[in-house]
Amino acid sequence: MRRRVYDRIVQIILIAIASMMALFLIYLVGYIIGSGIRGFSFGFLTRAPSGITQTGGVWPMIASSMYLIGLTLLIAVPLGVGGGIYLAEYAGQGRIVETIRFAVDILSSVPSIVFGLFGLALFVQFFGLKYSMLSGALTLTLMVLPLLLKISEESFRAVPVTYREASLALGATKDQTIFRIILPTALPAVFTGVLLSAGRAFGETAAVLYTAGLSPTTPVFPLDGGRTLSTHLYLLATTGKIEESFKVAMVLLVVILVFNVLSNVVISRFRRRFIKEAR
Amino acid sequence: MGHYQKSSTRSLNNGTAYLKMRKMSLVELVLFLFTLTSLVGLVLIFLFVIKESLPIFLKVGPLPFLFGSIWQPTAGKFGLLPLLLSSLILVAGSIILAGPLGVALAIFMVEYAPSYVRIGLKTLVELLAGIPSVVYGFFGIIVIIPLVRNVVGGSGFGLIPGILVLTVMIIPTVTAVAADAIRVVPKENRLIIFALGGTRWQSVYRGVLPAATRGIFTGIILAEGRAIGETMAVLMVLGNAPLLPRTLNQPASALPSQIALDMAYASGDHRTALFGIGLLLLIFSALFISLARRVARSAA
Repeated sequence: MRRRVYDRIVQIILIAIASMMALFLIYLVGYIIGSGIRGFSFGFLTRAPSGITQTGGVWPMIASSMYLIGLTLLIAVPLGVGGGIYLAEYAGQGRIVETIRFAVDILSSVPSIVFGLFGLALFVQFFGLKYSMLSGALTLTLMVLPLLLKISEESFRAVPVTYREASLALGATKDQTIFRIILPTALPAVFTGVLLSAGRAFGETAAVLYTAGLSPTTPVFPLDGGRTLSTHLYLLATTGKIEESFKVAMVLLVVILVFNVLSNVVISRFRRRFIKEAR
Repeated sequence: MGHYQKSSTRSLNNGTAYLKMRKMSLVELVLFLFTLTSLVGLVLIFLFVIKESLPIFLKVGPLPFLFGSIWQPTAGKFGLLPLLLSSLILVAGSIILAGPLGVALAIFMVEYAPSYVRIGLKTLVELLAGIPSVVYGFFGIIVIIPLVRNVVGGSGFGLIPGILVLTVMIIPTVTAVAADAIRVVPKENRLIIFALGGTRWQSVYRGVLPAATRGIFTGIILAEGRAIGETMAVLMVLGNAPLLPRTLNQPASALPSQIALDMAYASGDHRTALFGIGLLLLIFSALFISLARRVARSAA
């Protein structure tokens, strides 16, 4: 039976490809974490780098990354979640809404270096915000906005219609229904969108390189510049400081892993409640 | 498509516009303005990139700028052909590798794997997508480049590691979109083949894939869009020499990485030329996403 043999071969190839990918990921993560953990101490996270080599610690970079993520979410979450509510609950199918959806799609495909260029031209230079946390955060806001919008809209749509009907039947207005019933119900799913956006902002380099800047100092005010952890990895790796790079790459990976696990836990709980588990 | 309008418009024949005007509360207005920021942002991006890049198009001319074969900003030569060709090679090379691999992974996930394997693979794909591009670049420097150096020779930097790194980075896009497309193919498409005595692969090949073709292509187009704009990982492994690519095993420079590399010190014409590259990238990605939308829509 030739086709049975054929079927077997295809199956073996597919299993081989899947295992190869899994092994690759395990190797990548294992190699970086395994190499980074050698000689790692927690002092590395809390010290400032020293000397002209700028090695030995990453505290200012961690501070810059967190500052940047915090500021970005502060601006992007209201816009993204609010926009998601609008698209799910209010928007019709008019021309304006269609245009906005198209714009969001295009925005989601804009290369990160172009966001960086734009941020440099508009925020850093035109508005005179210099290389600063604020310039970086405004740039990142535009970058994560499509993701936030999409996930929030989906989350709101996942809330069953019966919830709305029940609320309206009790005499609640539409605004009350949205903010007291639908928003709280959809919140866990919206939260995963926030986590994913934070993860993206955390790992992003090209868009912050020329907006948040390179200075290895701890930012205090929104108009202070700072070097993020990912930018730091870029500078270390391209100047041959491999040992230090491993440590920074490990920190980046661990944080991304935590973000991922956390958002998976939250979303699977939400799914179990409302959405038939997609296969 | 609010869940409210359906019921309220039903009672009025053509009063939708009137109804919307009257019902627009303050909350709705504010939320609408929030939604509008994406559109405004996108328009601003286009305006500023065009405004900053206009001088180079006027000075050099669009065709010499796009197809000039020498990129030497210090000598006043702004030809994008070396960068453009390298970028196209990177996109083509990575999609040739990532397309089949990504689709195979999607087929295996949806059609073959038991549920615990499927969940594991889904997590794997999400993780691959979430790893920052600088980490991929670093991985390229410490693992892929020595490998290329040993196998092919030369410095190791160049288009080969670029293609390999990009391949890993865009597989998640291909797989995620293709898996969605395969998942929504009706069960009957498979059952019919089984009922005729077909094997599993026949059910996939004859029953599922023809119905999922458009979705799979959408994923591939989106991945191409991602590949052409990818900056940091490519920047770190390419060797950054803006030469016309004659072989795969030579240092090269791509459109986005050249921006990241030069922006730190560029001024005058050089700076506007970099914005010109930005405009080119913007147009490429807009074209890719429009194409993907069109393909995806005609599937529905």
